[in-house]
Amino acid sequence: MTYPRVLLQNRRPDRIATLEEYRASGGYEALAMVLGVGRTRREVAATLEAAVLLGRGGAAFPTGRKMMSVAEDAPFPRYVICNADEMEPGTFKDRVLIHADPHMLIEGIILAGYAVAATQGIVFIRPEYESAARILEREIGVARAAGYLGPRILGSDYALDIVVHRSGGRYICGEVTAQINALMGRRPNPQQPPPYPTEKGLWGRPTLTNNAETLACLPHIVRHGPEWFKKLSLTPGGAGTKLFCISGRVNRPGCVELPMGVPLREIIETHAGGMAGGGRFKACLPGGASTGFLPAAHYDIPMDLDSLRAVGNRLGTGAIMVFDQDCCLVAATRNLIEFFARESCGWCTPCREGLPYIRDLLTRLENGQGRGEDIPALRRLSRHLWKSYCAFAPGAAAPVESLLDHFADEVQAHITGGGCPFGPQPRTPGPPAAGGA
Amino acid sequence: MLPEHIREPLIQKIAAAEHPRELVVDVLLALQGHYGHLSDPAMEEAAGLLAMTPLELEELATFYTFLYREPVGRYVIHVCDSLICWMEGAERLGDHIGRRLGIAPGQTTADGLFTLLPVCCIGYCDRAPAILVNGRAHGPLTPESLDRLLEDLRAKAADGPAPGAGPERGTP
Repeated sequence: MTYPRVLLQNRRPDRIATLEEYRASGGYEALAMVLGVGRTRREVAATLEAAVLLGRGGAAFPTGRKMMSVAEDAPFPRYVICNADEMEPGTFKDRVLIHADPHMLIEGIILAGYAVAATQGIVFIRPEYESAARILEREIGVARAAGYLGPRILGSDYALDIVVHRSGGRYICGEVTAQINALMGRRPNPQQPPPYPTEKGLWGRPTLTNNAETLACLPHIVRHGPEWFKKLSLTPGGAGTKLFCISGRVNRPGCVELPMGVPLREIIETHAGGMAGGGRFKACLPGGASTGFLPAAHYDIPMDLDSLRAVGNRLGTGAIMVFDQDCCLVAATRNLIEFFARESCGWCTPCREGLPYIRDLLTRLENGQGRGEDIPALRRLSRHLWKSYCAFAPGAAAPVESLLDHFADEVQAHITGGGCPFGPQPRTPGPPAAGGA
Repeated sequence: MLPEHIREPLIQKIAAAEHPRELVVDVLLALQGHYGHLSDPAMEEAAGLLAMTPLELEELATFYTFLYREPVGRYVIHVCDSLICWMEGAERLGDHIGRRLGIAPGQTTADGLFTLLPVCCIGYCDRAPAILVNGRAHGPLTPESLDRLLEDLRAKAADGPAPGAGPERGTP
């Protein structure tokens, strides 16, 4: 099957699309349209709302509604932030997007900025993406020289400039409120709203933050209209395309753009070259490390928000991490929790203390020292994670809870067999179990 | 003290910023690029530039993965040990580097060339197992391609500029 490509339509194997190439594909027409006909800020937000554009960074919040939460009479200056700090295991779509077509993202930031009357745009980017940061800095300069950024954009009275802000590198910086603290040179602790950042964000001013992939959708929605965007989805409940990052036990790991609602089976068998080594699909994490294990019974599920929600899972970032029959999911979960425990910012207790406990229990299970009572303990600790300030800790609970829900037999086999039924697994990073062998 | 050609642009950048402390990570990275790591005097120098206290900088310098408060080698090798790299052989790769260089994670070779560190997901799951060398990604790696990479780095160090020139970074 081939599908229309939108976000990666100008992707080339070896280089970025230039400004000319982006323009030849209709680039910056949306901006000219919005500024030329004097479309109001609210109209832009309403268009995105009608297109059912939901945030692609994992939380799926309606983009138009978030813009509308910046009050008409809110103070100035206002800020628009592009979150390119993706750091969740399995997710690398923003890197691919920036390396494919940086001006699409730049135009998206300008349109989002216009919708909330922001005068300063910021791309917050992880240090591992230094090459993407350099591409953006260079192309922002190109856009400025072409009149798309600066004091009078395309001769209008709208002014915006964009800077690239490099992070020092921590997972928590992808969380909106923590990111705002990071931008202000403070320790990046998350803050529990209210006030929401759209009311009081960066330097206490209204701040709109969107994921890079979300922003890249804006020029296309403005240019082609909400109905066109909704029809890109294969399923009626979805809208648009999605950048899926496929990794793990497949033949061709990578990032592909596919319509929302494309079946999981098709993604793996057609677009990722099938299971590696002729393996059998056992499970996947359908949307990154903060989503639950999706068992083989759902191999034909349409990959969209509603379908995954209906089975108690989430589309998340669309990062599909694939496991075959030889993968031990207890060991895999143990590895994920090591990530979350190490990257916990430590600001609030349930996450800082709970994750190492969970890691300890999973390590015991994996080493064959687990006991029956460890399973209810894992459930209890996972629920405690929901009491944290930010959404990252509940996200960390998702793989643990789904492991117990869908692979209880596999967990139990570790206890009754006194060891891993899959044989020796790669050594897990992090400390050994407390009091363990 | 920083040389003028690094110090002067920093001072100008800080003076131009509406909120100088938003530049704190940039300033720390610039000092680290020059000195190799953020020593106590470097922290005080950065604090002076930003009109912040060394303590305010300390809680950032000890928080971020890519700020080094202790000396590191000319090449900092970060081995990703998160899920996909772990599944695809990160353990073997890390062990291999350790054996080749004769160091354990967290250590630096006696010649000051290499530091070996574990790191969380670096966003190259499509090229697992992957590592960073001074921020630049390499993958998927085998022990053989890794050996070639280490040899290349050694050769480059032998005829390249002196350490302190700052880490090479970049490329997708």
